[in-house]
Amino acid sequence: MSPSVPLQEMIRAIRSARTQCEERGVIQRECAAIRAQFRQADNGGRSHNLAKLLYVHMLGYPAHFGQMECVRMIASPRYSEKRVGYLGAMMLLDEKQDASLLITNSIKNDLSHSNQYVQSLALCTLACMGSAEMCRDLAPEIDRLLRASNSYIKKKAALCAVHIVRKVQDLGELFAPTARSLLAEKNHGVLHGAVVLITELCGQNTETLEKFRKTVPDLVQIMKGLVISGYSPEHDVAGISDPFLQVRILRLLRILGRNNEAASDAMNDLLAQVATNTDSTKTVGNAVLYETVLTVLDIKSESGLRVLAVNILGRFLLNNDRNIRYIAMTSLQKIVGTDHNAVQRHRGTIVDCLKDQDASVKRRALELSLALVSATNIRSMMKELLLFLSSCPPELKAEAASGIFNAAERYAPSQRWHIDTILHVLTTAGGDVRDETVPNLIQLITNTSELHCYTVHKLYRALLKDISQQSLVQVACWCIGEYGDLLVKGECQETEPVQVSEDDILDALETVLQSHMSSPTTRGFALTATMKLSTRITDNVDRIRSVVSIYGSCIDVELQQRAVEYNALFKKYDHMRAAVLERMPVIEKNSPGHTNGVSTGEPVKELKPVQVKQGEPQHAANQVCDLLDLLGGSEEPQQPQLAACSVVPAPPISTSTAGGDLLDLLGGLEPTPLPLLTPAPTMTVYEKDGVTLTLSCEKQSDSGLMVTLTASNSTDSNISGFTLQAAVPKSVQLHMKAPSGDSLPPSDTAKVTQMVVLNNPNKVNLKMRIRICYTIRGSTVQDTIQIDSFPTH
Amino acid sequence: MMQFMLLFSRQGKLRLQKWYVPLSDKEKKKITRELVQTVLARKPKMCSFLEWRDLKIVYKRYASLYFCCAIEDQDNELITLEIIHRYVELLDKYFGSVCELDIIFNFEKAYFILDEFLLGGEAQETSKKNVLKAIEQADLLQELCAFLSPSPVMSTLMCLCTDWLPSLLLLLLLLLLSTLHAELLSAWHLFLCPEHLTLSLFGGGGQST
Repeated sequence: MSPSVPLQEMIRAIRSARTQCEERGVIQRECAAIRAQFRQADNGGRSHNLAKLLYVHMLGYPAHFGQMECVRMIASPRYSEKRVGYLGAMMLLDEKQDASLLITNSIKNDLSHSNQYVQSLALCTLACMGSAEMCRDLAPEIDRLLRASNSYIKKKAALCAVHIVRKVQDLGELFAPTARSLLAEKNHGVLHGAVVLITELCGQNTETLEKFRKTVPDLVQIMKGLVISGYSPEHDVAGISDPFLQVRILRLLRILGRNNEAASDAMNDLLAQVATNTDSTKTVGNAVLYETVLTVLDIKSESGLRVLAVNILGRFLLNNDRNIRYIAMTSLQKIVGTDHNAVQRHRGTIVDCLKDQDASVKRRALELSLALVSATNIRSMMKELLLFLSSCPPELKAEAASGIFNAAERYAPSQRWHIDTILHVLTTAGGDVRDETVPNLIQLITNTSELHCYTVHKLYRALLKDISQQSLVQVACWCIGEYGDLLVKGECQETEPVQVSEDDILDALETVLQSHMSSPTTRGFALTATMKLSTRITDNVDRIRSVVSIYGSCIDVELQQRAVEYNALFKKYDHMRAAVLERMPVIEKNSPGHTNGVSTGEPVKELKPVQVKQGEPQHAANQVCDLLDLLGGSEEPQQPQLAACSVVPAPPISTSTAGGDLLDLLGGLEPTPLPLLTPAPTMTVYEKDGVTLTLSCEKQSDSGLMVTLTASNSTDSNISGFTLQAAVPKSVQLHMKAPSGDSLPPSDTAKVTQMVVLNNPNKVNLKMRIRICYTIRGSTVQDTIQIDSFPTH
Repeated sequence: MMQFMLLFSRQGKLRLQKWYVPLSDKEKKKITRELVQTVLARKPKMCSFLEWRDLKIVYKRYASLYFCCAIEDQDNELITLEIIHRYVELLDKYFGSVCELDIIFNFEKAYFILDEFLLGGEAQETSKKNVLKAIEQADLLQELCAFLSPSPVMSTLMCLCTDWLPSLLLLLLLLLLSTLHAELLSAWHLFLCPEHLTLSLFGGGGQST
């Protein structure tokens, strides 16, 4: 057994080991020696042995056999052993180990020790690794120390209390009164601890937060003292007096002033003072300013102060220090929703940060830029964003691409610009876009019928250049398949005309089909496109036939299936081929706002078929009918189908289908007692259980009618959630405006009115079915009435 | 609050680790490995802040050592940089132009200094002078106890070591005894004339292997 060496010798020996194996050998020898020493009786060298073990532990080797030794050393009366013992406890024991419970008693004894340094060891260990049980046991002790001890112990006890409160929330009540009194201390360490404790208590419990609001004046006072006071050598850091305490006080003020006018008012002056007086040349000053800005933006501060805060952030953005710029952008991100205009002023600087070298700064700049895109600056912002996309780090590409798509969708100034932007993104970052981009883009292209020629030319050129970006290739194949005839025709107003022969197109598609870079989905697209071209082009149908039949024996099952079916289409069903491969109609946009039926409780306006704009996607039912027609007969494959959808006055059709749904849904409900058919302009259409609904009409134009529905409540209970839904016959258009409210106070004190605009171009007999829903005394009531004749005059 | 602090060399060797949250050994090792890799991969001029998991990492390089802290969402990154700087200043004052070797060979002292400055993940003393004074006193106490055996005398002496006057008297006592007891020479050395011939942390690269 080798003699034990002092700590520093061992460290030297380990460091001089040339290989990992040698090091392991040294460590094993040492550990064996240490273990033997532990087994022996007390010999004065125990602390050294434990220190050696801790070093070995830091290198990553197992040291669990030292745990019991830690426990023993903590109980020793010698300070040197206690010190290392507690250090070992903090390193080797954590609350998950069973041995940690054994030191609870030692800690308890040491907390009442006569020497403050021993007490501080115990406090430190408790705050570092105290488990919930230990905290519960020792909380009264900590409270005692908080109240009656010197400031050295008080400050440690305060932070210990913070740890206890984090572990066991209930004990917060124990410390609340003491925490308040600690604010009167002069010692900065104790003040700091007290502020942290109060912050933690307020964060956990809203009642405590309310109680501590009364401390705002005290905090303001302390803060003022720090800011105004002269140079104090003990706490000064680069001209700022105790920045650590200042930052903590500001953070507490933020929590106390949030959502509270009175508290926010009390701090306005102070915050203005700190914001203007703090020196911002060093990091310390900027730290305090940063915290001040965060506080100002979070409480109910006055507008002048807010402007000051945003200006400070603007100054940060121009700072040379990258850290400060990063901080500024993080903060601006938080307020871009609320103070949008203020942040817009700094758009230029933010966009410049996109070109920064640092990845964190780039990420922040990207998020902020995307948030700042608006209808006015969309063109310039998109230019910058596209530039960024081509040079951005790979981890940001997906985020950038999806952000650009969203922005383009919301603010596109023109369709052509929109398509151009999406194509640009696909060419630069096609690999990182989401899957639904391809169908979205296809839908967008279908909807802009006037740009089909331009789009297909552009996509063809992009396809010729590069077939590695799968999304781009898929969209290009689809377009060429659909609009190949436009490509062959060659003339296009938007781009320079280029002569494209049918062979060229087929060559391009074949390249995609055969390339090893194409994914199976892409090849599927290409094959279908080739097939579709058989009806669009005239000369090379045989070539297409041969291509398709080759793939009839392809290994990929999907391709094989398609090829076989297309082959069948050529052979057996040739008469149907033209009809099947016709141009696609406009695809309906399946967006979440689109309702296909009755929605519960939403503003009724959304339910109704609104005035249909040119080119709006048609109802699903419409499309189904078209498809049935297709399969039934054989028509010319032409644009007319698409034109039919957009040219024919759509309103009646969509109204009918939607209205029809509504009527169907509402059908089956018993109509309540019929309204009084009086020729008077106003008539009561519904009267039941104290709720009255009256209707009055006003002729707007030859076919337009403005109907006003008024509801009142003559019961003595409050009615809430009052909504009206209406349906009219097929050829009538209905437009409901927003109701004036949705609650009816009792005893006719106030009324709810709703305007409905009807357009009856075909002059059919006007009927209306109305459904009434409301909540009274906690239960929901629903009723339907039918109005068969309107008062006319 | 600070969740943990790591000190590591440019080769990725850990020199100090302080954890303020309960984690198993395995998790600690995993986190250390990942974080060391991430921080070492960053270029010199880059931002001192990075987002990692749901924490904010604040790091700064002093000569050959990286000081890395993990703070929570609510905390102020810039003041954390100041905390790191304050800790380095404390080490510098204590060791006298500290370098990495000092921290390697006296790691337990580095921990003691950290424990006087931070407690439970928060700063406990904002005055540099007070922290250094407390360390001094504690060291003095340790030396005394290492010298004297456990007895009522010692416990009385321990009680007295809370103020400068008694500690001055004890220091004189120490001086007296050190002329008789060779072992105490090291203690005298520590307090009166530290002779560390190593390079300063701020001046240039310290040696590390």
